[in-house]
Amino acid sequence: MKRARNIAAGVLVLIFAASLLAGFVAPAPYASQFRDFVSAPASRRFWLGTDELGRDRWSRLLYGTRISLLLAPAAALLSTFMAVVIGGIAGYAGGWCDRIIGRVIDLFLSLPWLFLFLIVRALLPLNASPLTSVTLTFTIMGLVGWAPAARIIRAGAQSLRNSDLVLHARACGCHGLRLVLIHLAPRLKPVVFAQFWIAVPTFILGEASLGLIGLGVAEPLPSWGNLLRELANPQAVASNPWILAPLAILVIVVSCFQLLLPEREFAS
Amino acid sequence: MKRLLVVFATTAASLLGQWGGDLRFCLRSDPKTFNPLLVEDEASETVRYLTGGVLIRVNRLTQELEPELATSWKISRQGRAIAFQLRRGVSFSDGTPFTADDVAYTMHTLMDPALHSPTGDSFRSAPGDVETTVQAPDRVTIVFPAPVAGLERLFDQVAIVSSRSPKKEAATLGPFAVSHYTPGTGVVLERNPHYWKTDASGHHLPYLDAIHLDIQQNREIELVRFTRGELHLINTIDPEMFSRLAKQEPSLVHDAGPSLESEMMWLNQNPAAPLPDYEKAWFRSQNFRRAISAAINRADICRVVYHGHAQPAAGPISPANRFWFDAALKPHPFDPKGAMSRLQRDGFRMENGVLRDRDGHAVEFSLITNSGNKAREHMAAMMQQDLAAIGIKLNIVTLDFRSLIERISQSFRYEACLLGLTNYDLDPSSQMNVWLSSASNHQWYPNQKTPDTAWEAEIDRLMQAQAATVIPEKRKAYFDKVQAIVSDQAPFLYLVTKNSLSAVSPKLQNVQPAMIRPQTYWNAENLTLAPAQVARNAR
Repeated sequence: MKRARNIAAGVLVLIFAASLLAGFVAPAPYASQFRDFVSAPASRRFWLGTDELGRDRWSRLLYGTRISLLLAPAAALLSTFMAVVIGGIAGYAGGWCDRIIGRVIDLFLSLPWLFLFLIVRALLPLNASPLTSVTLTFTIMGLVGWAPAARIIRAGAQSLRNSDLVLHARACGCHGLRLVLIHLAPRLKPVVFAQFWIAVPTFILGEASLGLIGLGVAEPLPSWGNLLRELANPQAVASNPWILAPLAILVIVVSCFQLLLPEREFAS
Repeated sequence: MKRLLVVFATTAASLLGQWGGDLRFCLRSDPKTFNPLLVEDEASETVRYLTGGVLIRVNRLTQELEPELATSWKISRQGRAIAFQLRRGVSFSDGTPFTADDVAYTMHTLMDPALHSPTGDSFRSAPGDVETTVQAPDRVTIVFPAPVAGLERLFDQVAIVSSRSPKKEAATLGPFAVSHYTPGTGVVLERNPHYWKTDASGHHLPYLDAIHLDIQQNREIELVRFTRGELHLINTIDPEMFSRLAKQEPSLVHDAGPSLESEMMWLNQNPAAPLPDYEKAWFRSQNFRRAISAAINRADICRVVYHGHAQPAAGPISPANRFWFDAALKPHPFDPKGAMSRLQRDGFRMENGVLRDRDGHAVEFSLITNSGNKAREHMAAMMQQDLAAIGIKLNIVTLDFRSLIERISQSFRYEACLLGLTNYDLDPSSQMNVWLSSASNHQWYPNQKTPDTAWEAEIDRLMQAQAATVIPEKRKAYFDKVQAIVSDQAPFLYLVTKNSLSAVSPKLQNVQPAMIRPQTYWNAENLTLAPAQVARNAR
């Protein structure tokens, strides 16, 4: 297991380094269009072929990885933090506090958040740079994406609050923040980590979906989301398997992060 | 001679026609109405075309007018009146006889201001009532308050409704009638047993028993269903899907040449727009607009985005529109050096790869377009790279359609816009709401109280002059001048004219893909299915 974790760490470092050094590693700028090589297959010049505008897929993947690896986990972190605070308080406090927060969670789950994105896009200055636009998109996703995780964390906290363990701890005089930090938080950690790792690919794919209505990463900036949009054409996948590269990288990165988690984190 | 050949070919094919069978293809959305007088969306238009009987039909192949329910017609009083001699012995789908009263009733209903009929609006040349006089059961005259340009062609859109049938607009004179409609699923049209047209052997058309119009928004699913043989045709297919299908089976796809659809962009010249004054000055400069146009490589867009199934556009009229197209007008050539030279004339200069105006402002602006249109997004990305070559930074913003319309028609909070243009009507009079400076669709600066520039005043004059005469050659000369001014001043930068692409199953016979809508089923009454397919349907 340790060997697998070392390999995972190595792969992650490699992917991070390649994406951060994209300016040096990528054979072409991500926006450059080689119009005489449109939809070209993989070759020595274009390792992953070119997209429909003749842009080098390998270069775009490197730059897109940088965007997605930095912003999707950041958004996931934000949403998980909010879920822990809100769900944790509801589950631990119980009573009227739990009922009110429960209603708020239900409300957040039922609201059509797409319209919020539409409003934000409408309010955003048109000349906002693609980077500003994508950062804002991920921030909003983080701010509105906490409800599903909060519901699960709330249920976990409720279960722990009513457990024999907490009863014993209270009987021994352990209350308040001390009880939360020493007894509850470590036991909620696996749930929290799981929610975080679920959120990362969800946000990446969410960004891809938002791209379809013009709220994702603007052209010509690449991201895993807009690179994955090429997969929408099943016949193209069959004839150009190299367009699966962003999906493969996504799976590898998420798997590596899972492997890196300490084993005990998964213990219930 | 060409027309004779077409007629001969159609007739010969009809003789081999197989009776029966159900044709199946997709609509992109539910029809908004089954009332033929209220049609304004594409799905309703499809149903109207297949079910409605019209007095005069524009032949989609030859673009010539052909008699349908009217055997002849005559325009008089300088284009104010049209007299029809009607076909005898014709009945609606429910058996109700067709007479001149039905034409009078249709026109009366169509022109009722309370109905708000988009078809009726195209006949409104001046305030006043339209008078319809029935001289005999087969003769009727319609008099308009003022001359209507291209009057007879407008009747191609007018499906006659019955004045006496209890079924009202559900009784049809076209080859089919609506049988079932399941919202979100589809429409079934069954053959009109009383349809008046016959084939060479005297049998009543249409050949098909029914047409199933399945409602399917997703084009990928539509393509998969077509390749599986579940659909018989895709009336308009994306260039990318067209190329994909052509690689699999070249005989399934048809490129009928330039369509009436083009793509264009414009710069916001509205003085009231909330933009910095220096930007407004750029956009109002002819040199700036022409420089942008010259910097865009239209040939590359046609090749890369449309897979070669498009051509650089020269103006508002596509080569598909045979009479009104001005062959002398050429697309603006790709000429980055010429573009720089025009910009320098306006005081622009290049500094470290960035174009700056005479006050030092870096030239950067946004281009809005509707989201979800891959071809348009790709086109914008190519323009972004082309303009970067002359130091202009273009920011692409894709918006949902409602937000986009709000920006271009109400708040004017935008700098440039990329959209498509589809001319359903061949006659340029239908474009009055674009070219008149007072019009709401005069996109670069709509609703002007008085023409803002001398060239816009000249366009106003020419458009009004062409609408006031009924002599086609005179009208063409006026509109050619409009096109020349538009090309020179470049308020709209026409980019490409898309080709008319369709996919048709080999099981479907007598299909003659045309450049104008409806490309594949314009001769629906003559379409037949191969014998094996008919037998399968029967089982």
